[in-house]
Amino acid sequence: MAAHSAVLSASKIINPFWGGRLGNTVKVFGTTLTSHRNKTLLTPPPAKYGGRHTVTLIPGDGIGPELLNHVREVFRFSCVPVDFEVVHVNSALETEDDINNAITAIRRNGVALKGNIETKHTMAPSVKSRNNLLRTSLDLYANVMHCQSLPGVQTRHKNIDIMIIRENTEGEYSSLEHESVSGVVESLKIITRNNSLRIADYAFRLAREKGRRRVTAVHKANIMKLGDGLFLQCCREVASGYPDITFDSMIVDNTTMQLVSKPQQFDVMVMPNLYGNVVSNVCAGLVGGPGLVPGANYGRDYAVFETATRNTGKSIADRNIANPTAMLLAGCMMLDHLKLYDHASSIRNAVLTTMNENRLQTADIGGQGTTSEVVQSVMRIIQSKGQLTADL
Amino acid sequence: MAGKAWRSAILNLLRKLGLSINGKDKIKPQEVSRVVGAFRNETPQSRAFTRGMQTVTLIPGDGIGPEISAAVMKIFEAAKAPIQWEERNVTAIKGPGGKWMIPPDAKESMDKNKIGLKGPLKTPIAAGHPSMNLLLRKTFDLYANVRPCVSIEGYKTPYTDVNLVTIRENTEGEYSGIEHVIVDGVVQSIKLITEQASQRIAEYAFEYARNNQRASVTAVHKANIMRMSDGLFLRKCREAAEKHRDVKFTEMYLDTVCLNMVQDPTQFDVLVMPNLYGDILSDLCAGLIGGLGVTPSGNIGANGVAIFESVHGTAPDIAGKDMANPTALLLSAVMMLRHMGLHGHAKKIEAACFDTIRDEKVRTKDLGGNSKCSEFTDAICQRVRDMD
Repeated sequence: MAAHSAVLSASKIINPFWGGRLGNTVKVFGTTLTSHRNKTLLTPPPAKYGGRHTVTLIPGDGIGPELLNHVREVFRFSCVPVDFEVVHVNSALETEDDINNAITAIRRNGVALKGNIETKHTMAPSVKSRNNLLRTSLDLYANVMHCQSLPGVQTRHKNIDIMIIRENTEGEYSSLEHESVSGVVESLKIITRNNSLRIADYAFRLAREKGRRRVTAVHKANIMKLGDGLFLQCCREVASGYPDITFDSMIVDNTTMQLVSKPQQFDVMVMPNLYGNVVSNVCAGLVGGPGLVPGANYGRDYAVFETATRNTGKSIADRNIANPTAMLLAGCMMLDHLKLYDHASSIRNAVLTTMNENRLQTADIGGQGTTSEVVQSVMRIIQSKGQLTADL
Repeated sequence: MAGKAWRSAILNLLRKLGLSINGKDKIKPQEVSRVVGAFRNETPQSRAFTRGMQTVTLIPGDGIGPEISAAVMKIFEAAKAPIQWEERNVTAIKGPGGKWMIPPDAKESMDKNKIGLKGPLKTPIAAGHPSMNLLLRKTFDLYANVRPCVSIEGYKTPYTDVNLVTIRENTEGEYSGIEHVIVDGVVQSIKLITEQASQRIAEYAFEYARNNQRASVTAVHKANIMRMSDGLFLRKCREAAEKHRDVKFTEMYLDTVCLNMVQDPTQFDVLVMPNLYGDILSDLCAGLIGGLGVTPSGNIGANGVAIFESVHGTAPDIAGKDMANPTALLLSAVMMLRHMGLHGHAKKIEAACFDTIRDEKVRTKDLGGNSKCSEFTDAICQRVRDMD
């Protein structure tokens, strides 16, 4: 699987630039592979029987279950042709059977919507993070997050519009650790050329698709010369193939400083795993908090949608105060992926109208509403637009 | 109380004679409490033999370094602070073994004085030797980087009422510099966390909190992903928390801290963390209060060494033009005074600096004004003199 994707990405990069220089085998093999790749993009989404899609739903912990219930409620109400296959993952268990079942289900359906699964770090180190396992097994290499200032939300900074593309499978999250001598622990950060090229390519393609002008690579290559140096080099290589898009780079500590003083200067940002974690959380905080931004994890064959900042929200679980916006918008992103564009835009408009015009907001963004009130308002707006809906 | 002063005087004497109590240079809790923070009972006499005046090694640095150092010296003179400056240069030279090291007179001066103030140093690109900051860090084992971030009244940023301190482990972690190419196209970078270093930094964080009347310490980590390494760091923090029950201890994930920091920075007090997270978070917090031009910083080392520095760059484009802003170096010098126990002078100089900035009449270009560095300095000197 890894070799396959390695040759795929290698040949895809090599072919456009140096066409044929590397011999006939690669050219033939490469063309077959690239055409296969294009074919995958053109085929309809998987798991569609009788016009209805099946999507894996992983409730997770904390506020996950209640928010995903609301998503299901809204989907049922709007007559969205999606059926959810619910797979529970118990984070308290040490065996990996639960998460393996979930992974199998996602392989079967191709698309998933999930809440965050808690990682109890009081358990033994061999019990790895379930979320991370899911991402690496399914090779969901790109985490995409779009942070936009919303007119109805009060924030310190205005006019923010940043797309963050974060490498999702390697880097510091490789979970390779060992205690070589008692009292000395080593943790390995792996950066590979293939994955860096892949994520850079994804970032530039997405930037071009969305009409963005500038891609910034975030790194710490002055200190981690080989690791982040390799990442930066790959980004530069890919950038040379997209002359219409400006490419620059910035060191991560300077980036965070710039983000809190002048976030409007950023357009699209691409970075390795850990810096992605920091930068995406900072940006989410800048636009109003974890309850507002949806996130998506894309792989070659699978896509998993969740909230961008991946919070479990244990302290606000089951109190009807969580903000359903992020999860509902993640659901809309999923509908876009399934090509159900009409449903996606109607739900998205309803959510944004509730927030911006009706000013019905939950406590995390300074409002007084409860989760159910917000969801009811969303459903009422969908009904008022005249589409086919179930009863309220 | 008196016993403590006596013991520290004896320790000081032994150090000066090149001896130590137990032959090992390991930091002991008693020694930690002697050197860190501000002690009300600490008297200047127990620190240096020359009564009254204390000698501090001054490293002006490059670029705007000399002019801002001159500004600081002028202000200290106006405030009649009992500080004697010993200027030294730290450009790396090749030692006898072929290893790069700092000049021996600089090392000697630092070892003698224990306290240093440093301006910005140029990063050498093709000089063949590592960065000076790295050399200093290794020579004096500067294990803790302390950055207090306090909102400056009069310099408006979108964030008000910021008052937190970031304490960052400065020797290991992700910046260990150990990298290899496994096969062509696969690079491995090693993050090293040791029990000893984690314990040292955790102890320091709690001591700092205690000595500076801070209510809580928060450990920042990513132990859900890096189970063993950050797990070890967290364990050591918990152990240190047990020993300092008067200070509240919490732990928070790095992403949660980032998220909450940009929404409500007032909820944080003292933050302690490994190297990489510390680098990112301390710069994030500096950004909250106005950038590196106004942020002080201190590095605490083993054997009682402490070097305070300004963390901004050398700004070669404005060097020599009297346009630099000495605030960062001045606030670092104030931090140094507090470390040495000279609270009265520290308060006076800090107040003068903040009043001048708030006044808005003489501000340097980076703070939005038009004045020269010398005008800004003179205004502060005048205020300091008026306070007496």
